[in-house]
This record gives sequence, structure tokens and C-alpha cells, in this order.
Amino acid sequence: MATKPGKQSRKRRGLISAPVNRISPSGIRKFFDLLSSVEGVISLGVGEPDFVTPWPICESAIRSLEKGYTMYTSNLGMPELRERLSQYLADTYNLSYDPNGELLITVGVSEALDLAMRAVIDLGDEVIMPDPHYVAYDSCVILARGTPVKVPTSEENGFEISAAAIEESISDKTKAILLGYPANPTGAVMLRERLEEVARVARRNQLLLISDEIYGRLVYGVEHTCLAALPDMKESTILLGGFSKSYAMTGWRIGYAAANREIISAMTKIHQYTIMSAPTMGQVAAVEALKAGEESVREMVGEYNRRRLVMVKGLNEIGLSCFEPRGAFYAFPSIRCCAMTSEEFAERLLLEEKVAVVPGVAFGQCGEGHVRCCYATSLAEIEEALTRMKRFVDKYRVA
Amino acid sequence: MLKEILKILESDARTTTRQIAAMTGTSSAEVARLVKQAREDRVILKYKAVVNWDKVEDEQVWALIDVKVTPQKDVGFDSIAERVYRFPQARSVYLASGDYDLAVLVVGKSEHEIADFVSQKVATIEGVQGTATHFILKRYKEDGEILAEVEEVKRQQMML
Repeated sequence: MATKPGKQSRKRRGLISAPVNRISPSGIRKFFDLLSSVEGVISLGVGEPDFVTPWPICESAIRSLEKGYTMYTSNLGMPELRERLSQYLADTYNLSYDPNGELLITVGVSEALDLAMRAVIDLGDEVIMPDPHYVAYDSCVILARGTPVKVPTSEENGFEISAAAIEESISDKTKAILLGYPANPTGAVMLRERLEEVARVARRNQLLLISDEIYGRLVYGVEHTCLAALPDMKESTILLGGFSKSYAMTGWRIGYAAANREIISAMTKIHQYTIMSAPTMGQVAAVEALKAGEESVREMVGEYNRRRLVMVKGLNEIGLSCFEPRGAFYAFPSIRCCAMTSEEFAERLLLEEKVAVVPGVAFGQCGEGHVRCCYATSLAEIEEALTRMKRFVDKYRVA
Repeated sequence: MLKEILKILESDARTTTRQIAAMTGTSSAEVARLVKQAREDRVILKYKAVVNWDKVEDEQVWALIDVKVTPQKDVGFDSIAERVYRFPQARSVYLASGDYDLAVLVVGKSEHEIADFVSQKVATIEGVQGTATHFILKRYKEDGEILAEVEEVKRQQMML
């Protein structure tokens, strides 16, 4: 239709904002759309415990509903949950956070990550992160109008990020370093000494550290080092954690941020206008998790460890060489022997053998040449998946 | 390591030696050795299936029998307990605190059979002061396994 004569036509602006246009839908998502069209698939795709939430935790939430706890909580989260969380962080990492002002309960770690980015990033600020990394990291930085700067990590170095490489990536615009260890997608764990080196670089350059430790409880044969618990690091670290992975509480959507007052108060401003408060029922469940969930965590970690050993041994025997993941619930084998891109590999494996894995490239360029296999599924399924993968690799092996 | 192996077998006795070796990061030979030793030491008593008899046409009656006992010199409750647990009808026998001393789980073909067993075999043992029989009306959970049909929870498509 022609525009009215005489009235100067205004150039139509793009409907979607530039940052949103810049981020792409998760590569994993594309993959799951394909998955839903195939029957009889064994999925090593979803990064979610296959356990249901331990019953005592569910029961406490049900009771709270019966008693009528259905209203908002304080913006910061239920006082009892913050107090217990503060105690938990003290007991576990010898960290002291004031439940009134240094802790914020969020809708999963995902919200906490988003709040952290929006609270500290100015237009064009750079955030250094390892590559490969969890799919949300770079997108959250971009949405906050920042620029992700990726530091390559590799299998040879156990996918640990090196302090020297971080230092080389620092510019005038660098604001923060974002780490997520134990790592999704690699299962890598940063040992204490390596983290201390990173901490020194951060201190020397007065950078903020943002540490996503959602998998902190899921480590096998090693101790998890909490970044904020390193000497003099508490003030300059935003510690992000949650209940989803260790207590099998993904659907409850409860996470938290722990940081200095200034940062928590800034994050709370965004939180109160956008979310108000995390779901009350989930917070009640989280209180029970902290109160009585320890035994369940230990049991689940024991079970994951058995599956981990089966998965890693199986992958190596097939010829998909796999470094030993010491944390989270992922194995990240190399697919070098098949001369395919990770997307090709994942797609063909799904269509031909009905096993879903996630192409490594979905987690960054350095993830290419690998696929992510989540072992939070039953041993029977892991064994069947390995049988099918063996058939697949035997068919396509070139070296 | 033995504890880890026992836990695996307790949850699924059909786990193979090779599987246990992979799950624990040990060799099959080591697992086989530990399991054999555990059998010999009677740490592992038996490998059995947990059966839901309600699903099979089978006349089975279960009862919990409380037994009040006068403890005997030197042997306490043990000799009377032995007189009870020797009977094949007694599936489990425990010494318990409270009003009664022995708790006996009995399985029989009919209520009549169990009643006979209690009145003729148990109550007549010297030192048994009295019994109370509770017939099981419904089994909900057996050896940690819920018997009711459990609806399978399906994962929804999720990106993460």
C-alpha cells in the first residue's frame, strides 16, 4: 500500500533489538526438535538428573501448600532459606555471607547469571570465558550489551582455562571473568592451584570473577574448590549456585547468588522489578534440601560415579577417546576417528542408531570435534547407547 | 570397595561381574574375588527376586506374629528364637524392643494354616508367654520396592 502523500515516510525500524538478533537459538534446541521426530531414542542429550526429587523435599513442599504458604516471599528470598544457605556455605566452604544483604534467592542459577551480567556490565564491557562453555554464558553477556571474549581450552589441558591465556585476553574493556567449573559440557574440574592462578590474574587486573558452581557438589574423587573461598577472593567474586543438579530439583527453579552487598543490592533491584521473588513452594523445598538432603546428595553422587565410570570406559573402548571428567554429569569424547563435524556425527547417530548426544560445537568453536554425552540416565540405557555407538563408530571409522 | 560392590548387588543382584568392574573402576578379577569371599563369609547370603505375588494367581497369606518370651538363663532369647526360626513358615524373625520380644513374619497358604502354626507350634514352645497375630491385609512396599503401579514421569523437551 502506498504511503500517504505529503507525509514523510519514516524508515521502519527492525522489530527485534540488536542484542537479541545477535544471539542465536541454542544449538541444542535445534537438535531436540529433530529428536522429537524419532521414536525409540536413547537420550544422552538433556543435562538433567534422571532422579526425581527426594521424597522428603517434595513432602515438605506439599505440606507448605496445605498450610497455605502460597504468597510471595521477601524479594531476597525466605529468611529461613537465606539463613540455612549462609550456614551451608559456611559449613561447606568456610565462607561467611550475611543472610541479610549478601545472598539473593533466584529462579534457578539461570536468573542469577542474567542478573549478575545486567548488574555489572556496561555497553561494550568485555567478559572473558572459556570455550567451550555452557550455552547461556555468551548470550547472557550479549543481552547485557557486553562482549564475550572466549579463551580456548582443550582436551590436552583437561579443558581447564589457563591464567596465562586469560591474561593475554585482557583489554581496557575487560570487566569480568566468567567461569563454570565443574564444567558443562566437558565435565572438567579446575584444581585449586589452577584456580589460584586465575584468582591472582583477576586481582592484579582488578577484575570481577563470576563463578557458576551449580555442579559444585557433583565431583568424583576430587575436591571442589569454591572460587570465592580462595584467600581474599570473596569480595570480588559473584558466586552462583543452585539446587537443581545436586538435589535433583531442576523443575523447582531455585538458585542463588552470593556476593558483596553492593552487587547483591544491584542484582536485587533488577530481580524485584522483573521477578519479584522466586517461587515460594520451591523455596520451601530448598529449605528442606539444606536441612535433610545431604544423604540423598551422597547417594546420587555415588550413583553418578558408577555411571560415569561405565560411560568413560565404554567410550574409550569404542574408540571415542575421552579424557576423564571429574565433575558434573557429562562426558565429552573426541569424535576425531570418524572424520565428521560434531553436528554431522550427532545427526547421523540420532537418525541411524537412535542415540541422542549434543554436538560439541553448540558450546563454542573449541567444542568442535567432540560431542556431549550426559550420563545422568540409567545404566541399562548407557550400556545400550554404548552398543549402538560402537556399531556407528565401527561403520564410519577412518583412522 | 566391598561396600560399593554390595550396594550395587543389593539394588540389582543380576549385575554382572564385568558391569560391576566398570561401575567401580576395578578389574573383573578383583570383583569376582571380593564377591566370592563375601559369599564364603556369608556377607552375601543369597540372591533373590523381589516378587509381587499379588499379580500372580497365588494363595498366600502373610502375618506378623508378636511373641512374648521369658528369657532363659545364659541363652537369653536366642534359644527360643531358634525354636521359632527353624520353622520354614517363619520368613523373618527379629528380636524387638517394646511390649513383645520376638517379631515373626509368617507366610502360609491360608489363615487357618497360620493360626495352626501359631497355636500349635509357637505358643507351645516353653518360655513363650503369649502371642498376637496380625494378618497382613495389603502389601504396599516390599524390600524398598513400591508395589503399586507408578506412573512414569516423562521428560519434556528442554534446551540447556
